[in-house]
Amino acid sequence: MTQAIEQYPLDESEQRLTVKEPETRHDTQGDMDVDERLRRAMANLAKNINRTTATYMEACVHCGQCAEACHYYVQTGDPKYTPIWKLEIFKQLYKRENSPFGFFYRLFGLKRKISVEQLGEWQELLYDSCTMCGRCSLVCPMGIDIATLVGQARHGMFKAGLIPDELHAVAQRAREQGSPLGATAEVFEDRADWMADEHDTEVYVDEEEADILVSMSSIEIMKYPNAIGATAKILNALGEKWTFRTEGYEATNFGMMAGNVEWQKHATLKLIEAAVNCGAKLVVLPECGHAYGALRWQGAAMYGKPLPFKVQHISEFLADVISSGRLKVRKVDQTVTFHDPCQVARRGGATEAPRIVMEALGLDLKEMTPHGDFNWCCGGGGGVVTIHRADKLRYKVFGLKMDQIEATGADTVLSTCSNCRQSYNDAKEHFNWDKKMESLLELVAENLVED
Amino acid sequence: MDLLEFARGPALQVASLIFVAGLIWRLVHLFLIPKKIDISEARFSGERSGGLRTIFSRFLHHKEFRARTANSTMLAYTMHIGLAIVIFGSAPHIMFIESFTGLSWPALPSVAIHIAAALTFAALLVSIGRRMRHPVLKLLSNFDDYFTWLVTTAPVLTGLLAVAHVGARYETLLAIHILSFNVFLIWFPFGKLMHSFLAVGSRYTTGLTFTRRGAKV
Repeated sequence: MTQAIEQYPLDESEQRLTVKEPETRHDTQGDMDVDERLRRAMANLAKNINRTTATYMEACVHCGQCAEACHYYVQTGDPKYTPIWKLEIFKQLYKRENSPFGFFYRLFGLKRKISVEQLGEWQELLYDSCTMCGRCSLVCPMGIDIATLVGQARHGMFKAGLIPDELHAVAQRAREQGSPLGATAEVFEDRADWMADEHDTEVYVDEEEADILVSMSSIEIMKYPNAIGATAKILNALGEKWTFRTEGYEATNFGMMAGNVEWQKHATLKLIEAAVNCGAKLVVLPECGHAYGALRWQGAAMYGKPLPFKVQHISEFLADVISSGRLKVRKVDQTVTFHDPCQVARRGGATEAPRIVMEALGLDLKEMTPHGDFNWCCGGGGGVVTIHRADKLRYKVFGLKMDQIEATGADTVLSTCSNCRQSYNDAKEHFNWDKKMESLLELVAENLVED
Repeated sequence: MDLLEFARGPALQVASLIFVAGLIWRLVHLFLIPKKIDISEARFSGERSGGLRTIFSRFLHHKEFRARTANSTMLAYTMHIGLAIVIFGSAPHIMFIESFTGLSWPALPSVAIHIAAALTFAALLVSIGRRMRHPVLKLLSNFDDYFTWLVTTAPVLTGLLAVAHVGARYETLLAIHILSFNVFLIWFPFGKLMHSFLAVGSRYTTGLTFTRRGAKV
């Protein structure tokens, strides 16, 4: 038998007759030899070790309880998806090179050197099967924030050119064209004009001065452009002085998800620059989970000093203006359930905001079990939805969401994250599922009470 | 110098020295690593109290996780509480601690200590069986996990044997018991037994970070 036949035996267990999927398959970027790849990975993994990271690495007792909180493990039963195992490489590096007894580990060969092959194998664990949803961080008895460690491990992987090609491609497109999905400034302006006509409202772009800078996610601009019109309608109804700015209209940050700090910083600084240029006191972030984390919690670190403006997710903004009585909405006779985006709720602390909005809309909210801070991830976050080879696993994991939603009896799922919405709609098509996924922002805009 | 004198004397002194020096080095090393300061605008200012709260709140899982983690939690609690009762509740151990520190407190009845020791030993046996068979634990486990189990179980087993006068003369059993404790002390700073200190730092850090975000900890 040739090597190829041995490597890829027939798989007769699937509907589609094919060869078995190889156990390991990983992508590489850049033209560098194995040593250089390894050197870059090691240097950048080590660079990410700070006191917090080291404390986390030291504290793990291998209790395995994080597996029970992870959708990948719960749905597959495969131990390799245990969250802390996804960091084994990072832990191995820390113990050998940076830990207090690293000298002994090296001297007696107690921890082996990491190899490029190992890093390649770990690509699937750090990218395809982790959305950095942080559910594992909530269950860990030692309090280890595993999701943050995965984000840091991705930095080393990126520098070594060891990330999934699709994620690299969208992140690179974002760096070079200003948008991961082709929503360049020209495209955005076209869409803004279109939405102004469509919603019969004013969409302000490049105003010299404004109190509020608004941003969109690339998914919204390209796939759900009604978000532009909906945001404009609401801000106009409030009489706010607001604008989009073409130097920073996109809040999406694929550099962060891919693991490239320079690209992450570049995307963040564009938004900050846009806000500073128009003197905004508030930046309203779109219905996008990771965009919230990128600016609200990591923005100041990228800027190097505290941000000179407030940052709110659109759901927080809506909750504030509704609670204060500034924005009035009609009651909607509809039964819905709500999907909490992990980065806004569990990792961001804005869990109650959408519920305030839904209560004002008079929606019959049937909560999922579990929901809020403990909600199961949609399976598409952390860039996973871009990775084609991860589709099969993502659909399997989505089974959890389907069960949760079916149990509520609601036909409509609302969310405040366009990436979750995209993941839902993709899975809906895959499973030929009859549930609807809608935006809370758009529902508010459709039900404004204007004087 | 007989075996018991050796165990109680120079062996214990060396073990204690390694324990203290290793403990200090491992903690000092952590504090020497630069800290990353979070300069994002906090949603809530009570981050320090959130950090302190998390040190205690992580003793119990959020109710959403309890069903799936019940077995390992029960096992861990039996083991840890049992060990605490045996170490700090038995009269000979209190006398031993008093001889070094001058501190003393009333002992628990012998029967309570015997039951706690037996339950602890049983929990340790179940835990190693689980670690060797459960696919997740098996994958995660390394030398540290197995050796830590060994050095924790040895003093419990030798203590039980000494109390029951089984296998050898009492003095010999006691000497072996103290020697096994010395090994426990020596290994403590090098392996995962350090979680008794490190968990405090890890929980506090996460509590601090997520309290300032207003998120669940």
